[in-house]
Amino acid sequence: MAKTNSVAKKAVVAVTGIIMILYLIAHMIGNLKVFAGRESFNGYSEWIRTIGEPAVPAQTTLTIIRIVLLTVVIAHFWAVISLWRQAKRARPNGYVTKKAVAQSYASRTMRWGGVIVGLFIIYHILDLTMGVANPEGPDGTPYDRLVAGFSNPFITAVYVLALVLLGMHLRHGIWSATQTLGQSNKRREKTVNLFALVFSVVLIGGFLIVPFSVLFGLVG
Amino acid sequence: MPLDLFSVGDPIADTKAPRDVPIGERWSTRRFRARLVNPANRRKLTVIVVGTGLAGGSAAATLGEAGYKVKNFWFHDSPRRAHSVAAQGGINAAKNYRNDGDSVHRLFYDTVKGGDFRSREDNVHRLAEVSVSIIDQCVAQGVPFAREYGGLLDNRSFGGAQVSRTFYARGQTGQQLLYGAYQALERQMAAGTVEQFARHEMLDLVIVDGRARGIVARDLITGEVSTHFADAVVLATGGYSNVFYLSTNAKGSNATAIWRAHKRGAYFANPCYTQIHPTCIPVKGDYQSKLTLMSESLRNDGRVWVPKERGDTRDPREIPESERDYYLERIYPAFGNLVPRDIASRQAKNVCDEGRGVGPGGLGVYLDFGDAMQRLGRPAIEAKYGNLFDMYAQITGEDPYETPMRIYPAVHYTMGGLWVDYDLQSTIPGMFVIGEANFSDHGANRLGASALMQGLADGYFVLPNTINDYLADGPFEKVDDSHPAAVEALQAVQGRVQKLLSINGNRTPASFHRELGRLMWDLCGMERSDEGLRKALDRIPEIRHEFWTNLKVSGDQDTINPTLEHAGRVADFIELAELMCVDALHRNESCGGHFRAESQTPEGEALRDDENYAYVAAWEWTPEGAPPVLHREALEYEYVHLAQRSYK
Amino acid sequence: MTATAEGTTFASGTASDPAMAKHDMTLTLRIWRQKGPRDKGRMVTYQVEDISPDMSFLEMLDVLNEKLILAGDDPVVFDHDCREGICGSCGLMINGTAHGRGTSGGPTTTCQLHMRKFKDGDTIDIEPWRATAFPVIKDLSVDRSALDRIIQSGGYISAPTGTAPEAHSILVPKKDSDAAFDAATCIGCGACVAACPNASSMLFTAAKVSHLGLVPQGQPERNDRVVNMVAQQDREGFGGCTNIGECSAACPKGISMENISRLNHDLLGALRAGARPKS
Repeated sequence: MAKTNSVAKKAVVAVTGIIMILYLIAHMIGNLKVFAGRESFNGYSEWIRTIGEPAVPAQTTLTIIRIVLLTVVIAHFWAVISLWRQAKRARPNGYVTKKAVAQSYASRTMRWGGVIVGLFIIYHILDLTMGVANPEGPDGTPYDRLVAGFSNPFITAVYVLALVLLGMHLRHGIWSATQTLGQSNKRREKTVNLFALVFSVVLIGGFLIVPFSVLFGLVG
Repeated sequence: MPLDLFSVGDPIADTKAPRDVPIGERWSTRRFRARLVNPANRRKLTVIVVGTGLAGGSAAATLGEAGYKVKNFWFHDSPRRAHSVAAQGGINAAKNYRNDGDSVHRLFYDTVKGGDFRSREDNVHRLAEVSVSIIDQCVAQGVPFAREYGGLLDNRSFGGAQVSRTFYARGQTGQQLLYGAYQALERQMAAGTVEQFARHEMLDLVIVDGRARGIVARDLITGEVSTHFADAVVLATGGYSNVFYLSTNAKGSNATAIWRAHKRGAYFANPCYTQIHPTCIPVKGDYQSKLTLMSESLRNDGRVWVPKERGDTRDPREIPESERDYYLERIYPAFGNLVPRDIASRQAKNVCDEGRGVGPGGLGVYLDFGDAMQRLGRPAIEAKYGNLFDMYAQITGEDPYETPMRIYPAVHYTMGGLWVDYDLQSTIPGMFVIGEANFSDHGANRLGASALMQGLADGYFVLPNTINDYLADGPFEKVDDSHPAAVEALQAVQGRVQKLLSINGNRTPASFHRELGRLMWDLCGMERSDEGLRKALDRIPEIRHEFWTNLKVSGDQDTINPTLEHAGRVADFIELAELMCVDALHRNESCGGHFRAESQTPEGEALRDDENYAYVAAWEWTPEGAPPVLHREALEYEYVHLAQRSYK
Repeated sequence: MTATAEGTTFASGTASDPAMAKHDMTLTLRIWRQKGPRDKGRMVTYQVEDISPDMSFLEMLDVLNEKLILAGDDPVVFDHDCREGICGSCGLMINGTAHGRGTSGGPTTTCQLHMRKFKDGDTIDIEPWRATAFPVIKDLSVDRSALDRIIQSGGYISAPTGTAPEAHSILVPKKDSDAAFDAATCIGCGACVAACPNASSMLFTAAKVSHLGLVPQGQPERNDRVVNMVAQQDREGFGGCTNIGECSAACPKGISMENISRLNHDLLGALRAGARPKS
């Protein structure tokens, strides 16, 4: 492969994006365990850490998932940053006046939106996975941390904002991945766009239902 | 004829076509007799090709493929911009895919007759023979011609032809054919056989020991003027319709290359043969910079009319049927709205001269789709002509589905050009001329869909098979910048550029161009008369004088300067205009696109004079203000018998 | 323009017909002026008067240039030629959109944008295409030879003159032929690059890859063509595609985004099949 191949890089973005989407689906469904009660939710959290025992040591599956995800995230960012820099080099001096004709808000916010979502993920891990940034601290159960965090309207607001951004990122991302992997055409374009919209709304809705339920006292 | 306007020199003749064999065997015989160049020797031979349109692009690519070292010059940024790109209708070929009686002989016959018996039989027959290979070649390149559901190529009847022999790619045939040639050319550039000189304008020809050995070109970005050498020079620089200022040609289309070659000794043939296309969008105002053609196919369903009364300025929709004059249907009941281009154009002029024209300035006639809309319905009209209607609406701001279109004739193509023999070689040894720039195939009138055919025939198949006979004598003695002929040509060009910049008068090149164009349109346009042409010949030298004393060109020499480029082209157009008027005046007959008021039938139709004018008028430039010299090439018709055209 | 005997003195601009003299707009133009590739360039303001709504955008610039020439100033340099929307020479950024697409209401080239789309008193910003791969030559004229080099890298079918088989020996389904034609109508104006937030030439390259990839004649070189053309556009310094769609919206010929998908499909397939670009 040539030293730079913008299309191959885009394919990396698309494939890693799809892997992350698959993870998000599982994550969202797992989150819904919270409605089954504290025990169930904490049990689910425990189960993830013990899959495959005793055939494999504790945390093996989770570690594999984490390594895969970390690699995927790094690859996603590497390819995107490299394309971003290429775009910067391709037009170092912008227009005095420039207006968009076709661009959607979602496509325009892909880059900064992506960065913000990335920062959010770090915060999210510190908050709910490691607990160091959580009001409950690292010692509480996952359920306690969740409830403690989302009872705070400010923290909920941060989550809502980040998830809406993620939703927009996905809406353009799904269409873009279809296009990048060469699976789009005029006939499918409408369907793909509709699917991207519906999928993003359902997924983000699924995520948002948890903090709102906590905030409004339906859970906890 | 007044002898002060021109003098008569020795007759001229084509000596290359093998007249000793029947016409159907002449091209193969010529190819056999032409000497060949050993492949190993080809890379020692350099050919300059000027122009990248259908003719130039295809020639440069083909010569490159053959192994010659090609230097290709063009004035645009990319070879793909050449004005061939704008041709809409299609390309003829005698494939007889429709089994409707077409043949090489019929295409040959139609072209000679359509040219009003003023073209050379040998060249036309070869064109018809080669036409079939062009289609094969273009399909192999991936040109997306229109196809039928079975996957076969579609054909249509075009320009009143009785057979369907026109291949097309929607309304953009020229574009698609040009891109085919352009891609082949770019492939050779990548392969290193064709060296590219983009944004270079040829400003003179270098002749050494009687042979064309190079050109002087100006780099339009840096302003640098330099000489380039070769063993042969090919001009493929298109036609000169822009002598009329307003035409369907692109703004940059110009006659400078052929005119400078003419001034170096190449004869200019039939300069007065110009084609005026009847279906163009009319002029709107003085600022108008060019005219836009709409495909002739519109006349298949549109009906042409003007009000019966002069000065009737009512909304066309309010003029009742009984007060409309469908003049083409009235005068030519058999062909009606489908009469040939020259006739449709002249009749439009006649009704406008009577004061019955419509639209701004009274220079337009209606092309009405009202009947067709009722008969076929709007969806059918949209499907057939949608893109043309949209184009009309965009340019005029009027909705042609609601109100009749207005059309008016505009200059479109020039059949005249540099004289060439059967090998496409000019009167200067080593200088070949192809495409619209030469005069060879269309006589006094070109048939629809034949320009693309000729350009590609010359470039792909004819020139690459004839130029070798000349190059077989090469490589010629090496020439460089220091050769006196090169120094002289270079200095002449530099001096001229300096002169244009230094006049510092009060009129822009465009203002002279507009004045010249208006004069030519009025007096050497659709109808020419002895009196009008003499008036033009009085006026043109005055314009020329004022040009060289009152021109204003701002900006510098050593940078991109479109005003300077334009000034040089206008200077050449002024000289060419004079020769066109002399040619038109000397040809005291009407033929094809050349209509002389003095030579018409009692019904007002063109009247040819075969006894006195069945010849090609090849003009020789004479320096120091002496009148041009006429060399006649007699035209003999062995296979198509002379007959008067009739469309009644 | 009838053949009146007296009708021979026509300096610039006296119209006999009142309808032709209806010039009624005054506009403020802010035009990018740049002496050459190394000059920094800046916006310069001009006033033009008596602009007819029937003028094309370029005819309006002609009016300005005639004034500048007579004043001894450098006229504004812009590329143009056919003025009927097919040669691809013209291309200006007008009020922030390529070819004035934001003003035109439909696909257009700059030469086919007419002044009736503007109002008396409007201010119009005019800039050149901006991209590293399109260096400014002067004012509004840019060097687009990068697009030609992309074609050189593989945008053709190798069919030397004289080698072609009989045209009807190759059947092309009408559907494919029509789709190839749609892609082949690209005029190479560069509006896609100009409009793209990444200055990517993807739509241009994709149009040619699609055109030649959709017809049977283009199959033998299909894999090499796409890898080489993509490698060349990266080498030229264009940005990468992020599927935003500004290109297609700006395209005067309406080249669709599906061509880009087709290119991507071909490229990934070609890479899997082992095709690698020539270095």
